[in-house]
Amino acid sequence: MTTVLDPTAERRIAERARLERPRSLEGKVVGLLDITKPRGDVFLDRLEDGLRRRGVADVVRFAKPTYTKPAPVDLRHEISTKCDLVIEALAD
Amino acid sequence: MTARPPLPDGFVAIVKRDCPTCELVQPVLVQLADAAALVAVVTQDDPDFPDLSGAGSTPERRFDDDLAISYLWDIETVPTLLRIEDGEEVERIVGWERASWEQLTGTPGLGPDLPEWRPGCGSLSVDPSRSDELAARFSASGLRSRRVRFAELEDEFEAMWDRGWSDGLPVVPPTEARVARMLTGTTRTPDDVVAVVPPDLVECTVEKVAVNAVLAGCLPEHLPVVLSALEAACTREFNMHGLLATTFFSGPVLVVNGPIRHRIGMNSGVNALGQGNRANATIGRALQLVVRNVGGGLPGGVDRATLGSPGKVGFCFAEDEEGSPFTPLSVARGLDPGTDAVTLFAGHGPTAIIDQRSREPESLTRSFAAVLRANAHPKLPLKIDAMLVISPEHGRIYREAGWSREQLMERLGELLLLDSDELVQGAGGIAEGIPEAFAGLQLPKFREGGLLVCHAGGGAGLFSAVLGGWVNGEEGSDPVTVPIRS
Repeated sequence: MTTVLDPTAERRIAERARLERPRSLEGKVVGLLDITKPRGDVFLDRLEDGLRRRGVADVVRFAKPTYTKPAPVDLRHEISTKCDLVIEALAD
Repeated sequence: MTARPPLPDGFVAIVKRDCPTCELVQPVLVQLADAAALVAVVTQDDPDFPDLSGAGSTPERRFDDDLAISYLWDIETVPTLLRIEDGEEVERIVGWERASWEQLTGTPGLGPDLPEWRPGCGSLSVDPSRSDELAARFSASGLRSRRVRFAELEDEFEAMWDRGWSDGLPVVPPTEARVARMLTGTTRTPDDVVAVVPPDLVECTVEKVAVNAVLAGCLPEHLPVVLSALEAACTREFNMHGLLATTFFSGPVLVVNGPIRHRIGMNSGVNALGQGNRANATIGRALQLVVRNVGGGLPGGVDRATLGSPGKVGFCFAEDEEGSPFTPLSVARGLDPGTDAVTLFAGHGPTAIIDQRSREPESLTRSFAAVLRANAHPKLPLKIDAMLVISPEHGRIYREAGWSREQLMERLGELLLLDSDELVQGAGGIAEGIPEAFAGLQLPKFREGGLLVCHAGGGAGLFSAVLGGWVNGEEGSDPVTVPIRS
């Protein structure tokens, strides 16, 4: 683990700022990322039903090639261009 | 600074196994333990060394595996024999010399089978591979910057980018060891305030400059130039705030004069305004990173440049004083010859001047004037400064004809006296220009002191350069030259 000295005037917190959370799901495109563990799809199917009932614009499904590795950069890029927010589901 | 670990009163030996002289003096240490003179043995690399099993008394054994004792007691050589009284060192000897060991310990007949004298070895605490880390560990408490710990899986270079600390190029992680080492480049104390940095008007300490100098890739010997440049940039005359905020192209251009150019390996020769020299590249960048990180000056934030210029990553070069036909820029600007100095100019560029035909100063000066006339716009006089960088092949023409800087400036002034009828709005079919009210005058292209001249470049090429400036005076920026303080 690397520890460095802050080069700034230290007027802001040192942690990376999170993106602002959406206030509502109304009209948003939601991505659901299946990490491809068994039965994760069952959970995500229920989630998709619920989201559609709550007035989201669309739900787009994605899946990682394998749960053992981080999502490939192309997949992350595709999600970021198609969706307003993403829910990643871990299941076992 | 961390407090020194206490040592007991009496004689204390500091040794390491990986030192032939320490091996050699093992029997002497046994003799001293027999005489109950030796109260402690500090070992740097092997807790079982030295072997004192045959000794009549058992000195205290201390394994200095973290080198705290060695570092904080300033041990440079092993073996070192210290005499401690009331917890303080009163005497020390290093290496092996029978006479001085006998004299210090008052014990005759030490090491009868040993040679008279053997030099010691370097203490592990001054080993180059350990000393930076030790300096950081034991003096880092004096560094006040907030510590930022990256997560286990975070790539440190991506982490710094994500936090907004970079100008777009990779930056060097400012670890405590690197910042401590950077601070060895200056005699200033880390918490001294160097300047109030715009746009956020933050009091910037030597330490914060050092952190950003590490980011930029500077060496410790570059730091004094960065510190002095920052002082110059943050003066009211230079107006770093306005220069940052302007929609215009310019940024701080640094020209370094004096012996320091050679000491820190700056380039004033081939490709002087270009890439490839570490001091040139990182000093200018460090200044800009201070403005970005400490001052909070971000492109698209307070920096509103329409197009900007590549020199805003950092623009710094040295003047070739030795090859110049003229007095150095720093001397022309009022400092004594031989003074280390940095001149800050609000500029950008370069714009090329080709003249491969002139062999006389008059002709070449006319070429310079023709290009200088177009600085910013051929119809705009007085408001925009410029720096003329004369190359060695052009400089030679002045030297061979015996022209001084003053002669050149005087002739340029004459050639750049413009007929204002050609400058007024609408003249030449160009709407841009000065108000009609100024018609019928002779106006100088440059204000008094608004044209800076220096000498740099490689030995081949009948080319010189104009670095265009920004708005001058109260509305904009005046060049500032300051001595470089170590």
